[in-house]
Amino acid sequence: MAEVLLETRGLNRFFGGLHAVRDVTFGLSRGMIKGIIGPNGAGKTTLFNLIAGALAPHGGEIIYRGRRITGWQPHAVAALGIARTFQTTRLFAHMTVLENVMVARHARTRCGFLAGMLGLPRVWRELNESRNRAMAILERMGLADCAGEAAGNLSFGRARLVELARAMATEPELLLLDEPAAGLNIRETEDLGELIRRTRDSGITCLVVEHDMSLVMNICDEVVVLDQGRIIAEGPPREIQRNPEVIRVYLGDEDHAENPQS
Amino acid sequence: MRSLRTYAPLLALPAVAVGLHGVLAAEGDIARMTQLIMSAYYALVVIGLCLLMGYAGQASLGHAGFFALGGYVSAAMTTCNLLPWRQTTAVRLCEIAGLLIERKDPFGMPLLSFSPWAAFATAMLVCGAVAFVIGVPVIRLRGHYLAMATLGFGLIVYRIVLAAAVFGQADGISNVPPFELLPGLRIGGSRAWRVENYYIAWGAVMAAMLLAINLINSRVGLALRSIHESEEAAHSLGVDTYRYKLAVFVFSALLAGAGGVLLTHYNGSISPSEASVMKSVRYVAIVAAGGMANLWGALGMGMVLNYLSLRGQFGRYDEAVFGLILIAMMLFAPQGLLRPVDWSVVRRLLAGRARNG
Amino acid sequence: MVWAQIVQYCLSGITVGSVYAIVAIGFNIIYNTTGIINFAQGEFLILGAMTAVSLAQVMPLWPAIACAVVLTTIVGGLVELLFIRPVRQASPLRLIVVTIGVSILMREGMLHVWDEKVRALPYFTGSGVSTVRVLGAHVSPQVLWVLGVCAAIVAGLTLFFRCTLTGRAMRACADDRMAARLCGVNDRRMVALSFMLSAGIGALAGCVVSPITQTQYDMGAPLAIKGFTVAILGGLGNSAGAVAAGLLLGLLEVFAMSQLPVAYKEAVAIVVLLLVLVFRPTGLFVRRESASLRTA
Repeated sequence: MAEVLLETRGLNRFFGGLHAVRDVTFGLSRGMIKGIIGPNGAGKTTLFNLIAGALAPHGGEIIYRGRRITGWQPHAVAALGIARTFQTTRLFAHMTVLENVMVARHARTRCGFLAGMLGLPRVWRELNESRNRAMAILERMGLADCAGEAAGNLSFGRARLVELARAMATEPELLLLDEPAAGLNIRETEDLGELIRRTRDSGITCLVVEHDMSLVMNICDEVVVLDQGRIIAEGPPREIQRNPEVIRVYLGDEDHAENPQS
Repeated sequence: MRSLRTYAPLLALPAVAVGLHGVLAAEGDIARMTQLIMSAYYALVVIGLCLLMGYAGQASLGHAGFFALGGYVSAAMTTCNLLPWRQTTAVRLCEIAGLLIERKDPFGMPLLSFSPWAAFATAMLVCGAVAFVIGVPVIRLRGHYLAMATLGFGLIVYRIVLAAAVFGQADGISNVPPFELLPGLRIGGSRAWRVENYYIAWGAVMAAMLLAINLINSRVGLALRSIHESEEAAHSLGVDTYRYKLAVFVFSALLAGAGGVLLTHYNGSISPSEASVMKSVRYVAIVAAGGMANLWGALGMGMVLNYLSLRGQFGRYDEAVFGLILIAMMLFAPQGLLRPVDWSVVRRLLAGRARNG
Repeated sequence: MVWAQIVQYCLSGITVGSVYAIVAIGFNIIYNTTGIINFAQGEFLILGAMTAVSLAQVMPLWPAIACAVVLTTIVGGLVELLFIRPVRQASPLRLIVVTIGVSILMREGMLHVWDEKVRALPYFTGSGVSTVRVLGAHVSPQVLWVLGVCAAIVAGLTLFFRCTLTGRAMRACADDRMAARLCGVNDRRMVALSFMLSAGIGALAGCVVSPITQTQYDMGAPLAIKGFTVAILGGLGNSAGAVAAGLLLGLLEVFAMSQLPVAYKEAVAIVVLLLVLVFRPTGLFVRRESASLRTA
């Protein structure tokens, strides 16, 4: 039986009067690709933000490898082995692609403020090693040729890849992908699906928020469906496709067939 | 990262210093060195503030407060007279620890004060502690909170030094003794020492720039730049944004305090105006004009603008000039006037290649 | 303390506190619509008072005040037009720096026009020595004017924001600028309006308090600090809180002054500011959930 990597229990989050995430309880086993789908505003990105530590929950627990990480800060969560991408790419625009990926090595390196100021040799050694590792990742993802480019100059598709490379450079065990296929064409989406599969095969568990149904159905082992902050269905993609609740939420009731949701 | 290109400008500094010395000597106007020396010590504040604003992305409107804090602590400690309390345990402990020196005041009366080194160390400790105390709660919040908190801090320092007798009230503290760095190497205002003080000041600037450049080119510098670009992304990649912003804030406060100590010993005095809001704003204007994340730009602007201001070139409009600079920079040149050259653009132009899509 | 003294102090505290509250409300209006803290807020009060003083030499008091308020309002709009609107890549840091620059320019401008001389508007009713009995204490009638005018400003603003279309448009802008635009609200105009409104009420408050505290070109910065303290104390953006917090700070300041040397007068507000930032940066009146001060 695969180890349970991540678990949320009764997660809750409010924004003023809005109950964005309601009693969300689900789990993730090591080695799987799990998808989170749902109409816009269902709370998917909020859920990600809670798991990644960017937001603190107003109730509930997040357990990672048996450890309670509820309310941990994002950098601590990253150091633990959970990496994430963002819905809109947040690359460091005025830094080169290589530097962008080097930043991701931060949690795995140690030289501090004082050592940095004094320019001690170990600072340079560590920096060189970071550079080499970052370069290796870029090469693996076919981005080596733009390593010296300013990240803000990249095309959209390449920028997305760099963001992924950046997340990979933190040597994560769990990768949270927030709408990775947004803005990609069919061919690019297929390549992305391949990439995610390869990533999983190399040992990294993936949790993916997505709108692109073909991608979700293709690569996900399990799917969770959120609507208005609540989980309404969970299971293998085939089952989800046939689930009447899910269909209603996406396509609307028979009574309201003229006004489909989402 | 570590290449000749990084350190080359630093090596050019001594050349510039010697060059300027030559120019002034040729004109027979060694007196102008004083303004250059003072500008150099003010530049220490600017360097620290540049790191804070350009790399940690925080504004401080109270750096003159740290400058004054360093200067006043040092001045008070080196001019106090502990002779009447010589027999108390505290004073005797200090004497045994070598913290005190005996000297004579201008009228020939014997004095027992703290040594400049002891005062310097204390000033650094105080600046660091205060910056830490202010920073810990406030840096967590959005930018304008730190700006206001430091504004308030600067005002408090100003009020305290203006009101407290031990700080000389409106007259400040004078008769501050010279600071003996090494036997024969003193920081002080005497004309005989002017040239050596000139090079000491440049040396201090070089040291500060060396530390700052090292920092920027290290792993921490990379992290700082990433915080400046996108704090959220940096945070998600494992960068402890809060701790770094705090560390930069404290470091910049220490630099400002050091500038205050050194200038106080050079001038032999310090007055409340060093803590004024206007001075703080001036430092911000200089960093903005030089380019917030551009150390050399900030240094250059700092030297030039402070020198001109000290020479009285701005006349009655001194303050207004800095206010205008602030606004003009934000409107027309948010990256500063002295943008570092983007070598990749130059390279591409030379190679005649179109950009990769 | 004798009862009369207590009442005296209380009234004094409420008077000065209500002025701080108006400054804080000015901060809030601009902050709500734009997210900027306007460091030049204090200068609007001084500008209004100084202009009124000059105008009062050529016209009767009331028209002079009215004109001064109008002129300062225009200045507020110009500030927004010339200095805030054109800022490209408007990050919070940049806008802070711009408003600092504006505050310096305004202060230097006032220095050159009006010198360092201390000026004051004449008392609205009576003179410097006339008094009125309130609850057993003797206070200047100007105190009643200050309280009355500030209360009127607060009431007027409440009506404006709740009942007029423009007011509601500004609230919409404050809530969600993009959504407001989609509803046809001209958000740029709202921003300009917020500056003008803040400038106007600032000028009015400056005029009404001038006979008591007198006016000098550099009183803007301390006022801004206190106003900011009050705004934070009441919860940034929360004007009802600002009123309560203003009165609180005013009372604190006055009672502290009765025990401390005068030189430390400014320190009270600053210490309060630092304490609030350390312990309760969301303000006294805010629920945990709705506030999100973290930069993330």
